[in-house]
Amino acid sequence: MSVSGLGQKAFLGALVGVGGFFVTFFRGLAALSVRPFRGRLIFKQMEFIGVNSSFIICLTGMFTGAVLALQSGKAFRLFNAEGVTGAVVALSLFRELGPVMAGLMVAARCGSAMAAQIGTMRVTQQIDALEVMAVDPHSYLIAPRILASFLMVPLLCVVFNVFGLIGSYAVSIGLLEINPATYFDKIQVYVKDEDLYNGIVKAAVFGVIISVVGCRKGFLTTGGAEGVGNSTTQAVVISSVTILISDYFLTALMF
Amino acid sequence: MTQPMVQIRNLHRHFGTQHVLKGVNLDIPQGQTTVIIGGSGCGKSVMLKHLIGLMSPDSGEILINGRNIFDLNHSEIKQVRTKMGMLFQDAALFDSMNVYENIAFPLREHTDFSEDRIARLVAEKLKAVGLSGIEAKTPSQLSGGMRKRVGLARAIVLDPDIILYDEPTTGLDPVMSRAIDDLIVDTQNSLGGTTIIISHDIRATLRIANKVAMLHDGRIVAEGTPQEILHSSNPIVRAFIKPGIEGDE
Repeated sequence: MSVSGLGQKAFLGALVGVGGFFVTFFRGLAALSVRPFRGRLIFKQMEFIGVNSSFIICLTGMFTGAVLALQSGKAFRLFNAEGVTGAVVALSLFRELGPVMAGLMVAARCGSAMAAQIGTMRVTQQIDALEVMAVDPHSYLIAPRILASFLMVPLLCVVFNVFGLIGSYAVSIGLLEINPATYFDKIQVYVKDEDLYNGIVKAAVFGVIISVVGCRKGFLTTGGAEGVGNSTTQAVVISSVTILISDYFLTALMF
Repeated sequence: MTQPMVQIRNLHRHFGTQHVLKGVNLDIPQGQTTVIIGGSGCGKSVMLKHLIGLMSPDSGEILINGRNIFDLNHSEIKQVRTKMGMLFQDAALFDSMNVYENIAFPLREHTDFSEDRIARLVAEKLKAVGLSGIEAKTPSQLSGGMRKRVGLARAIVLDPDIILYDEPTTGLDPVMSRAIDDLIVDTQNSLGGTTIIISHDIRATLRIANKVAMLHDGRIVAEGTPQEILHSSNPIVRAFIKPGIEGDE
């Protein structure tokens, strides 16, 4: 086969793969609109994705803000502009680092778990059992995860931003000795409400990406324990790469 | 003669270049136990997945009560499935739930029963499979035989018209295999539904079947009563049942 033929085949394969993710998304969405409403399952997933991820989000958020303040504060000091450190960190967190880092952390922690849980159910015939019992797996397994992820990743993004600012404040005031009034004043001058809101919208999109990729990869698992391992790895890799690629296009659209 | 509950007509299925089902034709009578036997890889499990609508054929049809299940829409197939129960080879219990929740699952999904009534029915079905009092255990705390019995309790909790068993005694010791066979017969007698069993256990088949069909190389090569199969002159059937009978002697 020629190089162009191989390229064409790879492109078509990628197109089919992307189409499959959209099928899973729309089937999950359709399942949310029909009875029964699975409130208990949705809250369980919200707890798993949101509440149980909060510690790791606080920790990574605080150190991301701290290191950002340390690097940018030292650089700004070279031309006596360290007063804008807070604004630069806040803008970076709200626009990019908050949604992207929260998305990547949730992809690693929850996207992998979704693929592993659903994949194990697939290879042990538990999904077949659901279907035989006339229960739609998209309604029971996929829709609650998509909705919970859509709701909780933006919240985690806000938590990441708050703890990032706390870390940044501690380094800026405690280590770089920036005037606290200047620190907050510059944030108020340069950071707009839309910066925060657009970051939250991004996080919601990333939440959908993580859940759809994790659920689909799990749902299509074949081949026992090795298959579950492959699905889990693929779920994390695909959702992480997709978050970074879609982040560029969302940024181009929003800002 | 009893009207067939399930009629399989000229069922074909390919996987890539592999032709797994090559025109299966079979009538499964109502209210009786039909066992489909055959060696590994002959297409038994694929046929079972078609029977419950988990797979669609390349061509052919499966009529349940005269209606082709592959022509049914989503809600119609859902209705058909609520009238079917299936015991999977490894029971396929939900490992995130305990025994009680596993058996209560179909009731919670398809009925408006109160929790008291659900609890009574779960206890009743557990008693029927000889496992009273294990409601709080998780599937990982159960032996293979216990898992199968809990799986059977879950399969019959909605009192289905058709019960399917996928290799019900595979992986069990002879005593437990016998116990499962007896349970299948008891369940058939008490519910009076149609039982379809996929098996390669010839001894159990001869003991519990009303009708036996042998699947070989994607086709039904013999069918009849257990006695007719036992005395079949078909060399494929003889080659398959001989080791099983000799092991019994």
